[in-house]
Amino acid sequence: MMTVDFTLNGKRVSAMVEADDSLYKMLRGLGISSVKCGCETTNCGLCTVHMDGKAVLSCSVPAPRAAGHDIWTLEGMGRLAKALGDCLADEGAEQCGFCAPGLMMNVLALAKENPNATDEEADAYLAGNLCRCSGYMSQRRAVRRFLDGVVSGEWEKEEVQA
Amino acid sequence: MAIYQEYIMASTLDEAYALNQKKSAVIVAGNMWLRMCKMRKKTAIDLSALGLDKIEEREDAFVIGAMTTLRQLEKSEALNGAFGGVFEKALSPIVGTQFRNTATVGGSVYSRFGFSDVSTVLLAMGASMVLHKRGEVPLEVFQQEKPDRDILTHVVIPKGQRAGVASVRMSETDIPALVCAAAVRDGKMNIAVGARPARAVLAAKGVSPDLTAAELGEIAQNVMYGGNMRAGKAYRERVAPVLMARAAAACREV
Ligand SMILES: Cc1cc2nc3c(=O)[nH]c(=O)nc-3n(C[C@H](O)[C@H](O)[C@H](O)COP(=O)(O)OP(=O)(O)OC[C@H]3O[C@@H](n4cnc5c(N)ncnc54)[C@H](O)[C@@H]3O)c2cc1C
Ligand code: FES
Ligand code: FES
Repeated sequence: MMTVDFTLNGKRVSAMVEADDSLYKMLRGLGISSVKCGCETTNCGLCTVHMDGKAVLSCSVPAPRAAGHDIWTLEGMGRLAKALGDCLADEGAEQCGFCAPGLMMNVLALAKENPNATDEEADAYLAGNLCRCSGYMSQRRAVRRFLDGVVSGEWEKEEVQA
Repeated sequence: MAIYQEYIMASTLDEAYALNQKKSAVIVAGNMWLRMCKMRKKTAIDLSALGLDKIEEREDAFVIGAMTTLRQLEKSEALNGAFGGVFEKALSPIVGTQFRNTATVGGSVYSRFGFSDVSTVLLAMGASMVLHKRGEVPLEVFQQEKPDRDILTHVVIPKGQRAGVASVRMSETDIPALVCAAAVRDGKMNIAVGARPARAVLAAKGVSPDLTAAELGEIAQNVMYGGNMRAGKAYRERVAPVLMARAAAACREV
């Protein structure tokens, strides 16, 4: 076992992990329930979190590598995450909802990197987030609505946190 | 899944190299591929604290640290400016943004995957690999060798060339069923073919950039193809000249 000290959603935390644990497993062990594991083979995007401001797949990031780094999950994303959740709900973009936390984390990364993304750019950015229920069109509408709101400042005046 | 007893964050390349001389050790780069491997190792050696994640521009070449992510390459203005956007075109279909934020160029070339878009493009561009012990080795040579216990530190790409790539995939983010890359330097063109499905090879070296479709067809015919679950041998044979022509045309356009 080894100790990993890092920042989680803005707070310093410590976790005991095995040498081969993933960041996903460590986060779940710390009570972070938004992070889900779908494929465990880097294909589905369900386990997306932010590491030093970038969206990464927590199922495949070694837990020890998080030491000294800054990790954010949906729990820490505040009002913008709520606004995005509302957009998804309003557009009927969820059925089982299992893919939502990973999708939302990647949309929030997109909003920070390129809030003026066109639909095509957003599609390309989010291509690593699979959804087996929605057929994607409703998600696409929700993402459009959310990004438009980010650009117009509709959701809040605060910066996108990541 | 890979199982390790200890996880060491290497603080120098010498330390990483020394640790890696034991068969019970493994280098961890992006961990995207290793994650899926069934293996039991005593020591995992993490290279992420060695500052190998930079793209440096020298007078005659770009020198890319082995831990540079695919996303850094894809988004690098310097690289895409110099080579006509070939990295953005080649790498953006790989899995997803989150994946490319972590998968590294070193893990890609070192693994010598047959399906690698990365190796195919670098091969056409005449890139070379810098290994900690052995020094600089042309990718063309490295690509044919068996993995040893050396550590790849940098990838060197000569400047002054234009490059293009074309691939075909069964679905957008799947691994390629076939990928061709072309690069033109000093009025001479290299063409590489990957996902044959065997390791990428140079199909032509130093040929005219203005080859006719028939001449490209002949070059494509001399490459060995095979079949796998993504495409049959006959399909690859038919598609190769088309992709070669597109990659060559992309070089002319940039
Ligand atoms: C689901 C999936 C889909 C993919 N699709 C594509 C695709 O469409 N196109 C494409 O081109 N690639 C694709 N890849 C491959 C991917 O781009 C990377 O090449 C792969 O993940 C390895 O990079 P990594 O940084 O994750 O390396 P790791 O998984 O960490 O390491 C891979 C191997 O290389 C060794 N290694 C890594 N770095 C070094 C180094 N510096 N020196 C010595 N040894 C080293 C490791 O010990 C290990 O054996 C895919 C991979 C996956 C898992
Ligand atoms: S669980 Fe990590 S990508 Fe699917
Ligand atoms: S809503 Fe069920 S997987 Fe996306």
